[in-house]
Amino acid sequence: MNILVIAEHNNQQLSSATYNTITAALQLGSTDIHLLVAGHECAPVAQQAVKINGVSTVLVADFSAYQHFLAENIAPLIRDIAQTHYSHILAPASTNGKDVLPRAAALLDIEPISEITSIISANTFTRPIYAGNAIATVTTNAPIIAMTVRGTAFDSALTSEENVATIETISIQHDKQLSSFVNEALSLADRPDLGSAKVVISGGRGMQNGENFALLEKIADKLDAAIGASRAAVDAGYVANDLQVGQTGKIVAPDLYIAVGISGAIQHLAGMKDSKIIVAINKDEEAPIFQIADYGLVGDLFEILPEIEQRL
Amino acid sequence: MKILVAVKRVVDYNVKVRVNADNSGIDLANTKMSINPFCEIAVEEALRLKEKGLADEVIVVSIGSRKCEEQLRYAMALGADRGILLETDSTPSSLYCAKLLSKMVEKENPGLIILGKQSIDSDNNQTGQILAGLCGIAQGTFASELTIEGGQAIVTREVDSGLQTLSLTLPAVITTDLRLNEPRYAKLPQIMKAKKKPLETLSAETLVAPFAPQVTTQRVDAPTQRKAGSKVANVEELINKLKNEAKVIS
Ligand SMILES: Cc1cc2nc3c(=O)[nH]c(=O)nc-3n(C[C@H](O)[C@H](O)[C@H](O)COP(=O)(O)OP(=O)(O)OC[C@H]3O[C@@H](n4cnc5c(N)ncnc54)[C@H](O)[C@@H]3O)c2cc1C
Repeated sequence: MNILVIAEHNNQQLSSATYNTITAALQLGSTDIHLLVAGHECAPVAQQAVKINGVSTVLVADFSAYQHFLAENIAPLIRDIAQTHYSHILAPASTNGKDVLPRAAALLDIEPISEITSIISANTFTRPIYAGNAIATVTTNAPIIAMTVRGTAFDSALTSEENVATIETISIQHDKQLSSFVNEALSLADRPDLGSAKVVISGGRGMQNGENFALLEKIADKLDAAIGASRAAVDAGYVANDLQVGQTGKIVAPDLYIAVGISGAIQHLAGMKDSKIIVAINKDEEAPIFQIADYGLVGDLFEILPEIEQRL
Repeated sequence: MKILVAVKRVVDYNVKVRVNADNSGIDLANTKMSINPFCEIAVEEALRLKEKGLADEVIVVSIGSRKCEEQLRYAMALGADRGILLETDSTPSSLYCAKLLSKMVEKENPGLIILGKQSIDSDNNQTGQILAGLCGIAQGTFASELTIEGGQAIVTREVDSGLQTLSLTLPAVITTDLRLNEPRYAKLPQIMKAKKKPLETLSAETLVAPFAPQVTTQRVDAPTQRKAGSKVANVEELINKLKNEAKVIS
């Protein structure tokens, strides 16, 4: 059983979700895992990739049209490679993976599976539906199984000091010229990554404005935490879109999740209810967030947050 | 330019769903059904482009049973010009839906095809991408801003690291994120007027021969419930418990 894993990276660094996806590939029982690094001037990524335990070959497709991972160019590359001899194609269930993998599946005329959370057998998986209010067990008989993997549901693959995999150069080049990159506004990475942080502290509409998020940041500094937000806080412009946690935002499962001024709508819970410990701070004791919180503190966040900061 | 918008009938987002007794799916009897929120945003975006003079017709398509007429009529009440129901009584897979929609793209020749990025029932987030792949055209997924300039679609996408802007050759598929716009409400006179707008029904099976779905659902379970926790009296107790009971901070 050969498995193709699609690496996610920014041409410099592999994303943490890629390591989780490799663990999923290992759970499928494969001894032959190939990691595709498609990008441009992405040699540093290949150097990280060859050290991941379980990966036997790193396929490097270095081409200018692959720089921004545009689906129109990457999907045919995946198709061409996958057709050779793979039983599964796995990608992280990130915005990149979700953009590219279904398109590659279309080119192979197969039906993809989105965001699996566990592996029951080589062709049977679970995945959440209805904002995580139900878990579906799905089976596929597709000739090649293409799926995205929820990072928080699988541990990170281990790495070695030595190179464990060999590098193979892929010379397939697709430049469909259907789309082009204009620009990007990337958030500053001055905090741990929201998707993999051990502690996340999130603010909701109760924060009232963006300036007040400084109250969360001071605590985050002390706990080495990532900052998250509810949709209401993002919609109101308090913080950037990439901080949204939930059904349509990021999925997180830290050791500690602190929800501040967040009511606990099902769409928000979908993104954080697998956290190990949940703390809720809300002035409304009836707020639904308390139903899933391990520790609930009823009160005014503007009094509580400075006190927490002081006592840490 | 024509704009084709796909709309899906789903459980209303306010409904708390329950797994049915035989674990075969969700209990949908007597449940409020609505247009998928992301599809509503797709309709709104198409209407705004038309209002700016960038499109001359907005066509809405839905796939499913006769009941989807409700969602098509709703989209027409918002302002869509006509509706097409691709009727089927089976639960169509993403791949089958995308194949049906690709037939509509062939037939109607739209400059833009706008879909919701995901439906809030199956949460797949894949039909738009599959459609773009089948048609061999550009895709702008998870859009939070869309403009048309010099025959290109300029689309800003919500990605994990922030925002990314792409320029797409038309025709292109766009999938909508939540912050693309805030949909309008349908007013009563428009709801009345929408009843007279053209709604064509085509048999899905005639359009694309049905094929056995590759992905099938074996069972559906309720998620494991978190056990209810407790309230703490003050910050001191909270920090004490986090340190000594949960041991998640030091
Ligand atoms: C299709 C769809 C997808 C969605 N996806 C997401 C998603 O991915 N993520 C997401 O978060 N939401 C999502 N939502 C939105 C979701 O339904 C809720 O509207 C949203 O989560 C509410 O955010 P909130 O809890 O911050 O705001 P509110 O519900 O307004 O809650 C604010 C809370 O703050 C408390 N509060 C106010 N002032 C104080 C104070 N001084 N001290 C203490 N507490 C205070 C209030 O008691 C209240 O409980 C989605 C909705 C739809 C329809």
